[in-house]
Amino acid sequence: MSNLVVLPIIIPLLAGVIVALFNKKVAVTRTLTKLFSILNLGVAAYLSWIVFTTDSIILETGEWVAPYGIILVADPLASLLVLTTNIVAVACAFYAPHSLSLRQETHYFYAFYFFLITGVSGAFLTGDLFNLFVFFEVLLMASYALIVLGGERIQLRESIKYVLINLFSSILFVTAVAFIYGAVGTVNMAQIAERVQIQGQDGVLTTVAILLFFVFATKAALFPLYYWMPKSYIVPNTVVSALFGALLTKVGIYSILRVFSLIFVHKLELTHETFIWIAGLSMLFGVIGALSTNNIKLIIAYNIIPAIGFILMGLGVFNQDGMSGSVYYLVHDMIIKTALFLIVGVIAYVAGTSDLRKMGGLIHYYPGLGWLLFVAAFVLAGIPPFSGFIGKLLLLQGTLSEYEVVITIIALISSLLILYSVMKIFIRGFWGEKDETGKYEKKSTKGLIGPIVYLLAFSIFLGVGAEWIVPSVESISTYLLDPEIYIESVLKE
Amino acid sequence: MYKPNDLILRTTTSLIAFILLGFAVYLLFAGHNSPGGGFIGGLVTAAAIVLMYMAYGIETVDKVLPINFETLISIGLITAIVTGLGSFLFDVPFLSHTFDYFEFPIFGEVELATAMLFDIGVYFTVVGVTVTIILNIANDQ
Repeated sequence: MSNLVVLPIIIPLLAGVIVALFNKKVAVTRTLTKLFSILNLGVAAYLSWIVFTTDSIILETGEWVAPYGIILVADPLASLLVLTTNIVAVACAFYAPHSLSLRQETHYFYAFYFFLITGVSGAFLTGDLFNLFVFFEVLLMASYALIVLGGERIQLRESIKYVLINLFSSILFVTAVAFIYGAVGTVNMAQIAERVQIQGQDGVLTTVAILLFFVFATKAALFPLYYWMPKSYIVPNTVVSALFGALLTKVGIYSILRVFSLIFVHKLELTHETFIWIAGLSMLFGVIGALSTNNIKLIIAYNIIPAIGFILMGLGVFNQDGMSGSVYYLVHDMIIKTALFLIVGVIAYVAGTSDLRKMGGLIHYYPGLGWLLFVAAFVLAGIPPFSGFIGKLLLLQGTLSEYEVVITIIALISSLLILYSVMKIFIRGFWGEKDETGKYEKKSTKGLIGPIVYLLAFSIFLGVGAEWIVPSVESISTYLLDPEIYIESVLKE
Repeated sequence: MYKPNDLILRTTTSLIAFILLGFAVYLLFAGHNSPGGGFIGGLVTAAAIVLMYMAYGIETVDKVLPINFETLISIGLITAIVTGLGSFLFDVPFLSHTFDYFEFPIFGEVELATAMLFDIGVYFTVVGVTVTIILNIANDQ
């Protein structure tokens, strides 16, 4: 049944509308949110299971056949990412009631949370460049509302930057889509890919490709376009930061991955070679940012940038191992970034500050939290046998087989620095003498730890269960390296 | 107390609002195969409602039209989504539409399309959103 593809988009949309109806009854919205997010996770899991065991599912909405109608494509990459999105979303749905104030909850948090998931799932599933833009707008609209939720002065200041930069890049996005339509006469991604193949990727198309890369790089927060990201991601509530950090930048890097593995693959020396350098600079500058600050939320927000760099590096080398590494790392990073944001949210809550210089000795009061952070830092930095290690191993195999030694060294150094930047939270925040002043009177962390444990369990499974996961990831990589499969499955020639 | 002299506005509003609402319904029903549609119909309706708010004041109109416009947004969206989901029952792709001709006593033969239902959802949403935005700005001190 091909309608299955639309369910991960429609369920959150419907759920968002329904919880908006019951807005004032917080108990009802909380329960409904949990139920709908679990339902959606189930559907996403079923969808990926079908896609992985049989074949990609294509839905031509309204019976308008591709390339004339709007299509949704659940291929292995898209369905894997939709599944990961929903894993993250469930954790956030359970964390939110304990983290948000009642005022934030009754200002339609849950509705916008679902609209955000709608946009993200839609962006992953669409097979049409213009619809990608539409779903970007859906998720951005929701994110505009979420970022100002609470209405503090600093939120309003950061959200102006956030809205302006995103509006500007959206304008460029539409312009780029118009250029592509002008050059090849279609916005269906499979057909664009086919026509670019026939026409050859000439100067105009390469320019448009770079323009598109610029747009997606702004959303993905790559060097040098990341300046807007870290500060605006830490101003909203923790759970919103977690959603943003896990999903929004990843939609950007997913779009790069999709467009530059399917459509613009004929001038590798021009596009993909550049990506490697941008990836290297993103890693370096991101990790320097993370080291430069004592704000624990900002440390994690800066850590998003090197992660995006790692994913782009795999695309840059564009071989089997590199692409597997990118896909694996993308999934790994979505989960672990959410977990880390949620952990620092709890730390900031129990310590009453997010400034590292003002805390210490937390381990005497919250040992469990401390060790969760410790494990999460290991997962993030890639200590074996955790998932970061598998991802980086695949990526570095990819770069070394292309003899890209410089980027390999940069990647290794920045991994080490990432570990240090997160360990700094552990060392400064948790080590130290027991605070006797009663500053850290035991606060209740009820309900906050569960979602973190759940996410870390997935992360550890990704690493320990690599034996089962890596073959699927490698099949995705083979699939991405051969655009013909995608084109044929959509256009059915 | 200052009392605005708005006799002309009030008199014309009662006439214009009536015409606008009628025209909105026409636009809504014409929508699926000629110029018009739920979106533009919704905007025209919202314009009529806002005109009434301007002429008669918020308290009076709230009494005449006891509608929660925020709820109207949800109702409209649900209508539109459920219309799309209707395709699941008939085992056809999402958002597929169909139409048929029916005989009605006064109107004669009329074409009814399922796209119409979707348009009604859009109509409610647009009315709800537009009026909510304008009232929020108007109430803002």
